[in-house]
Amino acid sequence: MRRHLLLVAFLSAADGGFAEVGGDPERGEKVFGQCSSCHQVGQGAVDRIGPQLNHIFDRAAGAAEGFRYSAGFERAAAGGLVWTYDTLDRFIENPRTLVSNTRMSFRGISDQQDRDDVLAYLRQFSASPANIPEAAPTAAAVDHSVAPEVLAIVGDPAYGEYLSGECTSCHQASGVGGGIPSITNWPADDFVVAMHAYKDGVRAHPVMQMMAGRLSNEEIAALAAYFESIQ
Amino acid sequence: MTFNRRIFLGTAAATASLLAAPMVRAQGKPRVVVIGGGAGGATAARYIAKDSQGAIDVTLVEPTRTYYTCFFSNLYLGGFRDMGSLGHSYGTLAADYGINVIHDWAVGVDRDAKTVTLAGGSSLPYDRLILSPGIDFVDGAVEGWDVSAQNAMPHAYRGGSQTELLKAQVMAMPQGGTFAMVAPPNPYRCPPGPYERISMVAHTLREINPTAKILIADPKESFSKQPLFEEGWNDKYAGMIERIGPDFGGANVSVDPQAMTLTIDGDVNDVDVCNVIPAMKAGRIAEIAGITDGNWAPVNAADMSSKMDENIHVLGDAAAQGDMPKSGFSANSQAKVCANAVRGALTGSTVFPARFANTCWSLIDTDDGVKVGATYEATDEKIAKVDGFVSATGESDELRAATYQESIGWYDGIIADMFG
Ligand SMILES: Cc1cc2nc3c(=O)[nH]c(=O)nc-3n(C[C@H](O)[C@H](O)[C@H](O)COP(=O)(O)OP(=O)(O)OC[C@H]3O[C@@H](n4cnc5c(N)ncnc54)[C@H](O)[C@@H]3O)c2cc1C
Repeated sequence: MRRHLLLVAFLSAADGGFAEVGGDPERGEKVFGQCSSCHQVGQGAVDRIGPQLNHIFDRAAGAAEGFRYSAGFERAAAGGLVWTYDTLDRFIENPRTLVSNTRMSFRGISDQQDRDDVLAYLRQFSASPANIPEAAPTAAAVDHSVAPEVLAIVGDPAYGEYLSGECTSCHQASGVGGGIPSITNWPADDFVVAMHAYKDGVRAHPVMQMMAGRLSNEEIAALAAYFESIQ
Repeated sequence: MTFNRRIFLGTAAATASLLAAPMVRAQGKPRVVVIGGGAGGATAARYIAKDSQGAIDVTLVEPTRTYYTCFFSNLYLGGFRDMGSLGHSYGTLAADYGINVIHDWAVGVDRDAKTVTLAGGSSLPYDRLILSPGIDFVDGAVEGWDVSAQNAMPHAYRGGSQTELLKAQVMAMPQGGTFAMVAPPNPYRCPPGPYERISMVAHTLREINPTAKILIADPKESFSKQPLFEEGWNDKYAGMIERIGPDFGGANVSVDPQAMTLTIDGDVNDVDVCNVIPAMKAGRIAEIAGITDGNWAPVNAADMSSKMDENIHVLGDAAAQGDMPKSGFSANSQAKVCANAVRGALTGSTVFPARFANTCWSLIDTDDGVKVGATYEATDEKIAKVDGFVSATGESDELRAATYQESIGWYDGIIADMFG
């Protein structure tokens, strides 16, 4: 109850409206690049690690049908969070100030112009303004290609659970993200592709390159099967 | 009903063998006792309880009700964390995982009877005993210092009140005063720990006492992440920090807690704060259990079992295991390998091959984080390093800031992994 009250109080402060509507959608498309490994938007957009963002404006938070939200998000949704320009602006500035314990392990976009631009871009895929035609999807959930036979390996979730001990020294099994990204509830293919991208040195993070470097294809598949299965 | 003597005897023999087999104990569930609720012990207790789903009786013995992490305690000295954020309770382990948490000291281990004695007088039987008691200090390691002097010259190498004391002393230093550290010899808890501490104390002094000086007496030729720390100290705290290595007498030190002096190779220095981090050894209970060889407890890498007793496992700082540094991350990693092996031995569940990893983040200044890490495997001889990396000097501000954010995520991650 207390949490709800706080949230409502916070939202009304945010509703005071410090975000200016008027960004550059073309530039915003570029800024959206940093969101696109988790979120798709545009024609044919589907839920991936995060929900698809079509019609996000004026949508109630936590309402993308079929998407499994974190408990933190469900709490925020139950508290009446609706995605307006201002709440979205606040959220992407620093996700955790608005929704505690979200899986969205994104540091946020501190620059107001960048936020205005990306919101202008996203606005194109919401009802308002409705007269802008939908663009082709720009979001790429994957950044690396993996041989189909590797993607086809069916992982053993029990082995994945054991191996996940190596991940949970940093990544939280509850799915809460922040500083270290959430890795629960990923589509298995995305997980496999990401791990191979580290293994092949395409993704740059040294800890992940080291950790993925010694995982076999079967072990990656096992981890993917396990992490996909937990909430 | 007529008793057939042959059948009766057969049944009795079968019952006897059931009693002997740990996998199906007639008198109840197999029992695991864990001594020490830190990075190693809390993780091991949690994983055994969680994964065995009630099939193993887990008891955790830990004297303190709130565990204050040493990791991030330097950030408290730098003003980046408050003490409350470093304290964690055992409530979830008891309530959600069914672990029997006993707040007491283990004072004896009877390896023949397989029992642990507690300071309160009770005795706990075990099938497997896991020891993760952390460190104690080697008596007489720094001339003039013993634990009775730790209020005048704190070590702050266990979490909680010692760290608060050290911070209070830093805050109370006179303008232009001297903060001294006696650094420990290898091997010790958290190789970058003393040097991250120097960075954080320098950060605080730069804010409140910019003419203060920092003096380090160090018995080691070199230390973890040295190029990164030295680069940071030159850039951020120029002229403030002086380190005296063994070539200039850094290994030949004595202190006088009453006079507040630190003598390095015969040179007497008046100091205002003296952080003495003495040489370390395994927590005393490991010695009492008779499983140490010298200062540490040797273990088999595959399952962290003691080389002296197959029913005892040793985790974390207390273990002599091979190449892994003594860190919270290492203890947590070793605990999961041990938990899997212990569960397999007691319930017949699958035992997967051991694999270990470690990453240590350090903060040098605001948003200036660096890290070092490695992966390891079990060989017959030891835990052996496979691969590793370390942050580079001259990294961009953005990367350093991201590394710091990552360390915050790691802290939350490992705490969730330890305490549920
Ligand atoms: C300043 C500093 C900074 C650090 N920074 C990092 C870092 O950034 N990253 C990192 O990974 N590590 C870091 N560490 C190291 C880390 O704190 C230790 O390596 C880790 O805590 C070791 O875990 P452990 O389980 O062996 O011992 P501990 O975590 O110390 O746990 C031991 C527990 O056993 C209990 N105990 C002892 N004797 C008994 C007994 N007889 N009966 C019952 N209970 C007993 C103690 O009360 C204690 O709670 C740092 C350490 C310091 C000092």
